[in-house]
Amino acid sequence: MFRTILIANRGEIAVRILRACRELGVRGVAVYSDADRASLHVRLADEAYPIGPSPSRESYLAIDKIIGAARYAGCDAIHPGYGFLAENPALARACAEAGVAFIGPTAEAMERLGSKTAARQVAREAGVPTVPGTLDRLESAEKAQDAARKIGFPVVLKAVAGGGGKGMRLVERESELAAAWRDASSEAQNAFGDGRLYLEKYLLRPRHIEIQVLGDHHGNIVHLGERECSVQRRYQKVIEEAPSPIMTPDLRHAMGEAAVTLARAGGYTNAGTVEFLVDAGRHFYFLEMNTRLQVEHGVTELVTALDIVKLQIRIAAGERLAFAQKDVELRGHAIECRIYAEDPDNNFFPSPGKITEQRAPGGPGVRFDDGVYSGWTVPNEYDPMLGKLMAWGSDRGEAMARLERALGEYYASGIKTNIALFRRILAARDFRAGEIYTRWLDDFLSQPATEGPVATANEEDAAAIAVALWHISHKGDSGRNGASVSARQESLWKREGRLEQVDRAPQR
Amino acid sequence: MKIEFEIEGKLRRVELARVGEIARWTIDGRALEADAVEVSSGVYSILIDGQSFEVRVEPQGDGGLRVTSGVREFAAALRDPRQWRRHRGAGAEAEGRQQVTAPMPGKVVRVLAKTGDAVEAGQGILVMEAMKMQNEIRSPKSGMLERLLVVEGQTVNAGELVAIVA
Repeated sequence: MFRTILIANRGEIAVRILRACRELGVRGVAVYSDADRASLHVRLADEAYPIGPSPSRESYLAIDKIIGAARYAGCDAIHPGYGFLAENPALARACAEAGVAFIGPTAEAMERLGSKTAARQVAREAGVPTVPGTLDRLESAEKAQDAARKIGFPVVLKAVAGGGGKGMRLVERESELAAAWRDASSEAQNAFGDGRLYLEKYLLRPRHIEIQVLGDHHGNIVHLGERECSVQRRYQKVIEEAPSPIMTPDLRHAMGEAAVTLARAGGYTNAGTVEFLVDAGRHFYFLEMNTRLQVEHGVTELVTALDIVKLQIRIAAGERLAFAQKDVELRGHAIECRIYAEDPDNNFFPSPGKITEQRAPGGPGVRFDDGVYSGWTVPNEYDPMLGKLMAWGSDRGEAMARLERALGEYYASGIKTNIALFRRILAARDFRAGEIYTRWLDDFLSQPATEGPVATANEEDAAAIAVALWHISHKGDSGRNGASVSARQESLWKREGRLEQVDRAPQR
Repeated sequence: MKIEFEIEGKLRRVELARVGEIARWTIDGRALEADAVEVSSGVYSILIDGQSFEVRVEPQGDGGLRVTSGVREFAAALRDPRQWRRHRGAGAEAEGRQQVTAPMPGKVVRVLAKTGDAVEAGQGILVMEAMKMQNEIRSPKSGMLERLLVVEGQTVNAGELVAIVA
């Protein structure tokens, strides 16, 4: 086992990895940018080293600084977390050169399976189903027509150089193809200076379901079942759950086998996730592989009773997986909400700032993986995720009830959070029925929100009293030139009396 | 002590009087027995007729207050209720001369319109970057961009005036 691990990340995932280090008796080394000196991951670490200014490319993305810190601290391994350098083969290579273990796959496996086009090639060769279509560029509208006839309409034309929906056209029937080709090609030419197109079968209301895999350095690869991640806003996951509400043992077996086959074909080791689209007929198609730990790994941990981060560390240290596929059992249901500092009432604008007060939820079946604390200022420079709230229940109904209960207990004052969004989703009929697809949330949010229950007279009075009390104490604050009020536990009565005296006292 | 403010557009008059150690509340002329404790900064535990409420009060960038009780949220304004309006992403089109303020601290990465331009309601005026995400700041109404007060590359604070649409 390693003695000291450097965590090349920040926020909740750095905290999550530090916790795994603690439990394994390994020293955890944090790195931080100027903006993160007071961050939770620095406070919880055994050692912490500054790696530069706030912009990530000068700190969390600077491979030489991270390797330098690892050498200085005498680390024998680096965990990259997710995001930042986690999928950059250059870090894996730099680790190998520095004689430090990289907790993840090899640089070569990352290149084979981390690139969308290379991975699809591996998938095809290994017999793993991909979305029907052609990966090669099409020379003309006529060639596109031939290809579309072969796979059947509807199809979608995509720019080879593409991204962000530019040069992309849905073609529902053959008669639309020629015009769509012209539009998409000229749009791609304008946007990317490259008008080349390819096409794919268009899946109606597909689900995003992914398989967690784990491979050791001794040829063992297992999967830990699936996660349903169809609740997305603009292609970003918002809620994840395990198992999927539509899963059957046969489908899980088939998808799991496909994921393991792909990982094996790509020479994959450590933790990874194979993402699939699943259509209404429960046909699954390989989408891409994430060659790292996922944000949503926690829901799999809750239903498998395994600790994926500790397993990653054990695998990187050369240990064999201590269990086989037949030993992996799923128990109950887990759902996760990604809590962000953003305002769902105002176009989901980020809401950085100081968290004046936070109450973390707790109780049975609740897990809250966060990287923040009361009094900490959420920096402007990074992803606005505050933490991940997860609930486990013996079935999906209990998991939803616990999650709703936990959301009611949680608050973070001083900034805005997307908690109200989760309440809306959890109350939605489609979500409760498990009838979700990748565009479901975008469709749901485009409809007007139904009015919540009306406040009772007592509740309105309580709100009025709270505003009055707030006014009294804040008037006092300004009257005393910003002196701090430490009135938490004292009687409001005494306080009000004192404020009145202060008001009457001559100005100092 | 007497305080007047607006909650959700409704004017409330709250009076607070002390009789020994007991609080006497009067709301809109109606006497009320309530026990209120500030459990932490801006968080109040309030008992009325045995019903327990936990109410949080948070100041907003625009001078208003956001009041949260359980799943319900109220907008309150203390000083000049007429000037204060609750921000809503998908609200109805605003009328009159409108001030556009930065909804968060960040950097102006792109300016999409210039002073004097005709703008539609919902049309982007500029793009701000905060927390690695770019967000379009849109015009609250159709009209003319009377003033643009920022330039590309400029850092702005939350609530800072960035444009005026007339």
